[in-house]
Amino acid sequence: MPQRIPRNPFASSTTTTVTTPSDKPAPRRPSTSKGNRLAQFFTTSPKGKEQQSAQAALLSAVQAQQQYLLNNPSPHISAPSLSLPTISLSTAKAGEANMDEPPTTLFQPPSVAEANKQARIDAQFGPLGAQSHRYVSKHMGGELAEPIIDEPPYYYLLTTYISYLVLIVFGHVRDFFGKRFKPDHYRHLKDANGYAALNSDFDNFYVRRLKLRIDDCFARPITGVPGRYITLIDRKTSDFNRNYQFTGTYTETLNMSSYNYLGFAQSEGPCADAVEETIKKYGISAVSPRADCGTTDLALEVEDKIAKFVGKPSAMVFSMGFATNASSFPALVSKGSLIISDELNHASIRVGARLSGAMITSFKHNDMADLEKTLREAISQGQPRTHRPWKKILLVVEGLYSMEGTMCDLPGILKLKKRYKFHLFVDEAHSIGALGPRGRGVCDYFGIDPAEIDILMGTLTKSFGANGGYVAADKHIIDKLRATNAATIYGESPTPPVLMQILSALKIINGDIVPGQGEERLQRITFNSRYLRLGLKRLGFIVYGHDDSPIIPIVLYNPAKMPAFSHEMLRRKISVVIVGYPATPLVSSRARFCVSAAHNKDDMDRVLAACDEIGNVLQLKFSTGVAGGAEHLPDGVTPEMEKEWQKANGLQGIVTPPRWTLREVIANGVADVKQPLR
Amino acid sequence: MSFFSAPIEKMDLQDAQKLMERSMHEITNSFQKVPGSAMLIRYIQSSYQDDPVRSAIELILVIFFVRYLLSPSYATHSNNFVTLSEEEIDDLVDEWTPEPLVAPQTPFEEADAERLPVIVGPTGPKTKLSNGRTVTNLASYNFYNFVGNEQVKEKAIQTLRTYGVGPCGPPQFYGTQDVHMKTEADIASCLGTEGCIVYAQAFSTISSVIPAFCKRGDVIVADRAVNYAIRKGLQICRSTIRYYEHNDMEDLERVLQKVVKEQAKKPLTRRFIVTEGLSETVGDGVNLPKLVELKLRYKFRLMLDETWSFGVLGRTGRGLTEAQNVDASQVDMLIGSLAGPLCAGGGFCAGTNDIVEHQRITAASYTYSAALPAMLATTASETLNMLQSNPEVLVQCRENIKTMRAQLDPRSDWVHCTSALENPVMLLVLKADVINSRRLSIGEQERVLQECVDETLANGVLITRLKSMPVAPGANGKDEQWKLQPALKICITTGLSKKEIEKAGITIRHAITKVLTRKTSSKLALPAGS
Repeated sequence: MPQRIPRNPFASSTTTTVTTPSDKPAPRRPSTSKGNRLAQFFTTSPKGKEQQSAQAALLSAVQAQQQYLLNNPSPHISAPSLSLPTISLSTAKAGEANMDEPPTTLFQPPSVAEANKQARIDAQFGPLGAQSHRYVSKHMGGELAEPIIDEPPYYYLLTTYISYLVLIVFGHVRDFFGKRFKPDHYRHLKDANGYAALNSDFDNFYVRRLKLRIDDCFARPITGVPGRYITLIDRKTSDFNRNYQFTGTYTETLNMSSYNYLGFAQSEGPCADAVEETIKKYGISAVSPRADCGTTDLALEVEDKIAKFVGKPSAMVFSMGFATNASSFPALVSKGSLIISDELNHASIRVGARLSGAMITSFKHNDMADLEKTLREAISQGQPRTHRPWKKILLVVEGLYSMEGTMCDLPGILKLKKRYKFHLFVDEAHSIGALGPRGRGVCDYFGIDPAEIDILMGTLTKSFGANGGYVAADKHIIDKLRATNAATIYGESPTPPVLMQILSALKIINGDIVPGQGEERLQRITFNSRYLRLGLKRLGFIVYGHDDSPIIPIVLYNPAKMPAFSHEMLRRKISVVIVGYPATPLVSSRARFCVSAAHNKDDMDRVLAACDEIGNVLQLKFSTGVAGGAEHLPDGVTPEMEKEWQKANGLQGIVTPPRWTLREVIANGVADVKQPLR
Repeated sequence: MSFFSAPIEKMDLQDAQKLMERSMHEITNSFQKVPGSAMLIRYIQSSYQDDPVRSAIELILVIFFVRYLLSPSYATHSNNFVTLSEEEIDDLVDEWTPEPLVAPQTPFEEADAERLPVIVGPTGPKTKLSNGRTVTNLASYNFYNFVGNEQVKEKAIQTLRTYGVGPCGPPQFYGTQDVHMKTEADIASCLGTEGCIVYAQAFSTISSVIPAFCKRGDVIVADRAVNYAIRKGLQICRSTIRYYEHNDMEDLERVLQKVVKEQAKKPLTRRFIVTEGLSETVGDGVNLPKLVELKLRYKFRLMLDETWSFGVLGRTGRGLTEAQNVDASQVDMLIGSLAGPLCAGGGFCAGTNDIVEHQRITAASYTYSAALPAMLATTASETLNMLQSNPEVLVQCRENIKTMRAQLDPRSDWVHCTSALENPVMLLVLKADVINSRRLSIGEQERVLQECVDETLANGVLITRLKSMPVAPGANGKDEQWKLQPALKICITTGLSKKEIEKAGITIRHAITKVLTRKTSSKLALPAGS
């Protein structure tokens, strides 16, 4: 593949590019029909570029080009099948003599078809702005510090409770009159003809009186690839979210909602090409469970590759991540065993644990002291009533928690494991691919030998852009699981195209094909995560989670701010996920950003600018400063000296709420994410 | 303290007294401002004058009430809690040795794993195995050979180039793509139901549908031979479960009557009948008109698992409802698979809009799982459409079933077929007199049948057997009496000509005869213990 320069020199903003506050945070394009969609790609540029003079553009182009050539060149992510317009520089290699050739040829306009194709590729995976926009995901040693949970002024907590109270009271009032004047709407909640109601009136109250109000923020239908951008199918409602009508238009938004961590949701590129070949060769389906005759050479190869990737001797794959958990626990533990589960574990773990017939107990999220207490009590008391010792204890934690953005304290757990001899099951649904210098999950991140963990489970839906899940463990465990796992015996096997997607994504991450690209993806997601997290903290938001986690929840508190935030973001063409009760505690409803390697710094700046505006309008900047976002230390003061410096200047214990301006945030962001975040 | 002088102490005391008086005054003042406070004071005063004991009791009651409110709503430790010192706990921790995470493999499992066929390259009517041999494949659910269909592949590639592979998110969070909505609409219109919801895996569909509707206190009447996925669903929901004899409508009526009688005095609860269209474990079909009649008479809702009948029965493959001329709207929840005959992936549940929308927020494997990959959704739409527009393929499949049956069921002395005549999954069980005369236990039957599978494969035909899976002990709704009868599983495909099917049938028959007349097999060649 010939080396190419970034196609869009405008997009390659360097660290010096600072937006003026007066700039529009994001181009607000009207919704256009599908026919026009491709044309939009031309305008999906970061803010501020319109103001750039031609000269500045030229300068930045030259800079970008030079930087590109000087740095270790990373192959531009695009379909190799593309034939590209001849640009004289395209054959340039680092060290060649034609370095000083005038860059004017860059502006030779590409043909419309070419430009469309490139825009389409960029919409799925953004070009990297500068080589400095990368960071290696790695634990810095020492204990994993629990992220500090900041709290807003009591006013917001109080109004949140009052809001829910008002919603509930209104709901009941509307029910009171509704049941009398519009009995049709309540028919499904009433016994009729001797049939009991399908839904209980009480259970349904939350759905019909609270969720329905903000229902348009959920399950927004999409079309196309959920890559860097995501195309929403516009819909409207005339009866308060009971029914939707499609308007026939589409909106392309920046995708901050999909679990596309490494940006493998692509319809072009080496993965898609390999998948196409596989469909031609293998067909769509394996049409048989694994235990009958659904075991193909492809499945075995993928299992082998996954086992090597996560660092376990053996692995098995499943066609659904949920079923992986739901069927693995019954195969591992049964009556007489104890499952100790983190209180925030995913629903699939809970389903699997309940199916297993083992006792289940939980401990406070990531709280090692509470875990130790639970363990001591469980081992010393034994089984309830009989006091017989437990057959085995299985501790179940997730690598990265999808609602909190926190990582499990693996070093702490392993310390306890040595003492208390329990078995450890780590669900890496979100952490595999997203964490660690080589993308191999929490073990890689903390530099821990995977052999210390009994079972590593993960999904292939998220980082790999495919579908399904895997379980990796010692060979004898996997061999036994193959014989006792219901999803292997009865469930459908993963389909060949999905297997190929996994395989080629793994190869790219490992650097077996397209060398350099896997590394780039891994480092981009960490940079983006840290950059956005730091930026949001500096703007004054309360952000949950650990620094390197690509899941970035910001807390909104008041229930009405959930739809408001979602709508405001949508107006700025950014799609976000909002989560409220019952998925979170009642007060801390939140918006969640899922950062991807497909994003670049400009996209993060766009999100920051949008958040800055919305944060002012919706009063979301409540952080007190205890959780980060602090000002720079003065020159000559190192982080180690910070305490003494504070003492000397009488600043001890004084925390100023961070309220940086957008300009400052963007100007300092790139340099500061390379330091420990403060 | 000794340097404190008396006057200061006195002054301090005076100050304190003043402060006390002042604050008491303030408290009284502010208390009196509270509406109703005067009444309370008057009440307490009067009650004190009249009866101080009463005041004391009331005070105790108030304290008890507050304590009760603040205490946790459940007992944190049962009476059975043994208080131990830290050293004792340390000792117990040192002493405790857990069992290994998994038990060692049994010899039977080991042998099973060794014999697992590994397919090299595409699956199809003729399949290449990892040992280099090409065999006739009668083990895949590739009834209409859609796997090798070029039109289907073309459609899938188009989808790949528009949507990528995975949807990267659960349906509620930007994971619902237009292709999913189209597949749902296609299935709903094909069946004639109001709505439909597509799950990401067929195996997890009904296990999630059951607990989405059946809660504690509800009653489920289920067929005794239901498949493992249904059993999982029954296990996880907290309803009361009753079983009736497999496909015995009279027994069903008896159970229904009993339930109605038992529940007559209690508040009305949801009641469900759960059964399969074509049974996975026995292969026979259910009498749907009778089932619907009973369900209507006794006011039960019907959950019908059409995993093995959707795409198989009926003139155009719409399943049991089409085959037996029952309106699909009579079935409350109709569950089916897109992974079997349709050669795509995922499962679905069709029903009224209320039923479908309810699942979108309460069915665990829909809400908490990533959506179905777009290309599997379009493939399902495509193959479903092909069945509608080209029903000859179903006729051809049934011809092949008939051909195979002719070779096996009446002709073999050892096995008979329990499957319905139109079921392309033919289950062959050992005849009762064979089992009785040799006194074969379930485990022994499994071994004999596994030998038949091996012998058949040695002759170039790949078949498989029905796999059994124990339900965890002590699980909700465990049916101790029912045992799955081991069977051979032969899956018919239209990818083979009549002649080839005939030939395969002869091979299978001869293999069975050979195994069962073999001297060693009368008491088992395989190592004992299981």
